[in-house]
Amino acid sequence: MTTLQTVFAKAKADNRAALVGYLPAGFPSKDGAIAAAAALVEAGCDVIEIGLPYSDPLLDGPTIQDAVHRALSNGTRIADVMRTVEGVAATGAATLVMTYWNPIDRYGAERFARDLANAGGVGTITPDLTPEESEPWREASAAAGIDTVFLVAPSSTEQRIKAVVDCCTGFVYAASLMGVTGARETVNAAAEGLVARTRQHTDLPVCVGLGVGTGAQAAEVAAYADGVIVGSAFIRRLLDAPDEAAGRESAAVLARDMAKGVRR
Amino acid sequence: MANEGSILTAADLVGNGPHGDDPDMHGKFGLFGGRFVPEALIPALDEVAAVYEKAKNDAEFLREFDHLLRTYAGRPTTLTDVRRFSEEAGGARIVLKREDLTHTGAHKINNVLGQALITKRLGKKRVIAETGAGQHGVATATAAALLGLECVIYMGAVDCERQALNVARMKLLGATVVPVTNGSQTLKDAINEAFRDWVTNVDTTHYLFGTVAGPHPFPEMVRDFARIIGVEARRQMLELTGRLPDAVCAAVGGGSNAIGAFHAFIGDEGVQLHGYEAAGRGLDSGEHALTLTAGSVGVLHGSRTYVLQDDEGQTIESHSISAGLDYPGVGPEHAWLKDSGRATYHGITDDEAMAAFSLLARTEGIIPAIESSHALAGALKLGRELGPEATILVNLSGRGDKDMGTAMKYFNL
Repeated sequence: MTTLQTVFAKAKADNRAALVGYLPAGFPSKDGAIAAAAALVEAGCDVIEIGLPYSDPLLDGPTIQDAVHRALSNGTRIADVMRTVEGVAATGAATLVMTYWNPIDRYGAERFARDLANAGGVGTITPDLTPEESEPWREASAAAGIDTVFLVAPSSTEQRIKAVVDCCTGFVYAASLMGVTGARETVNAAAEGLVARTRQHTDLPVCVGLGVGTGAQAAEVAAYADGVIVGSAFIRRLLDAPDEAAGRESAAVLARDMAKGVRR
Repeated sequence: MANEGSILTAADLVGNGPHGDDPDMHGKFGLFGGRFVPEALIPALDEVAAVYEKAKNDAEFLREFDHLLRTYAGRPTTLTDVRRFSEEAGGARIVLKREDLTHTGAHKINNVLGQALITKRLGKKRVIAETGAGQHGVATATAAALLGLECVIYMGAVDCERQALNVARMKLLGATVVPVTNGSQTLKDAINEAFRDWVTNVDTTHYLFGTVAGPHPFPEMVRDFARIIGVEARRQMLELTGRLPDAVCAAVGGGSNAIGAFHAFIGDEGVQLHGYEAAGRGLDSGEHALTLTAGSVGVLHGSRTYVLQDDEGQTIESHSISAGLDYPGVGPEHAWLKDSGRATYHGITDDEAMAAFSLLARTEGIIPAIESSHALAGALKLGRELGPEATILVNLSGRGDKDMGTAMKYFNL
């Protein structure tokens, strides 16, 4: 199994940033999600985040909301998320689950951590779980041997950054801007400063997400971050394509461009 | 507050304990409450909490709030003894707290004026809010007009259609109304969209949250601004009847009018507290908003509380004939009051609420909001249980003008 530690060590040895792709489970279909993620890995993604579709995604912009809504309409359940993780992990990419807290809370923290580890998952990203509320999840994750990734934001004070990174293992997710997920014309200039501030409190890799949509933007972020996270831009390609195969190919073209970007 | 010329005190706002009923530093009421939000919002929530903490002990803030409540909202609101209505309650004496007589027609104005003053202290010029029936949206647009703030209201597209009159009112008051077309296109999706706006524009914008749910400090701050309902009513009941009521009844959606009515009585052990949720078409129909009575503990909109959710934590859509109670979550302090046993929560069906709605109109000449009618229906049942010696205080949280469309359809008027 590929761990986050080996991914980032290898990227560092290659003197490049890692490329992290996000797709929700169950979108465009249950099997289509696995095939799309595999295509992203084939095109150069080092890490895949599988989104757990949730009814109230308050940190997500219209693109991911749309995809998640379709996934839920497809009847996607946590068992499908685990099956997706299993399928993607089999490609050799380090595979995480990104989820709002309530589905884990309801499923049971220990059970979720164990099932995810058994599926070959290496950790989770939980965007609405703050350090104050994270202890049960960190304990369950440590027991199952999976990583816990939390977010810092441009608005975070030094104290908050320290509190967040102290809860992280694997890497730290730096949100590039104040806002929801979705590709933007430019990557927010605040991202570089946030990465620098975060590095003062941790030796963990720091990855930047929110608003990265092109190879050029990936190159720009790769100049100062350990990883570049891309979600909505891939999903947009899948949404706009006439069928799943065309969507997969279109997303893979973008992923290849991004993979070149992080190697520039 | 009831005494002419007296000034609202910090104790009126936050209580004077010792009830042990304030949340801890993380906003926890026992297991409930807290903050489950993107890290990006934490500094803004900390700022609101700090500014509010300072304001509630600041004589100038209390004076301003008191002034607005008296000269603008129309406080204190009166009590009304409803003798003819009470005959249907087995003769128990029912007394109404008349929040329906406030400016804009519902208790919502209390919280909105308090938070609008907080917005000025935050140095922010823009407010956003969610609304279901439109009452909180109208109240927010009203306060924004009064204090010169830019105002954007998020409202589910379905609700915009159901409550077109309130959309027009908000526009007339100078607010921008944004119809929310994702998800179920109702209140819960309007809240999601307002949070998305807030995380994007937090430097300039205060989220003027409309109920005692959401992340800390909203459950505590909104409660404190609504608390005046019970503070006045407690004093007025002593003046009117010479003793405290046997029970206080209020409708519960998000829970702000109920907490406002309950809170001053929490330390009075002899006073029962009863909250009434919307049972919609009945528990078995699956079409209800019985969050406390039939929900389970989870996290929704930034807070740990009771939630209508499926076995994997997906929110289940609620139903009520009253848009203001049509919400699959509830304030964390109610969850805590339920689990501690201090308050009791029950369901009232659409039909029971509409019967009480009609009865109050015919026996007392008061047309209540359908939300408040759930509390009235509950009081009728409770009166028959407690007997003719009992005195029951009901929070009449709003008036029914906004509900004429629903009433016309329901009663074939």
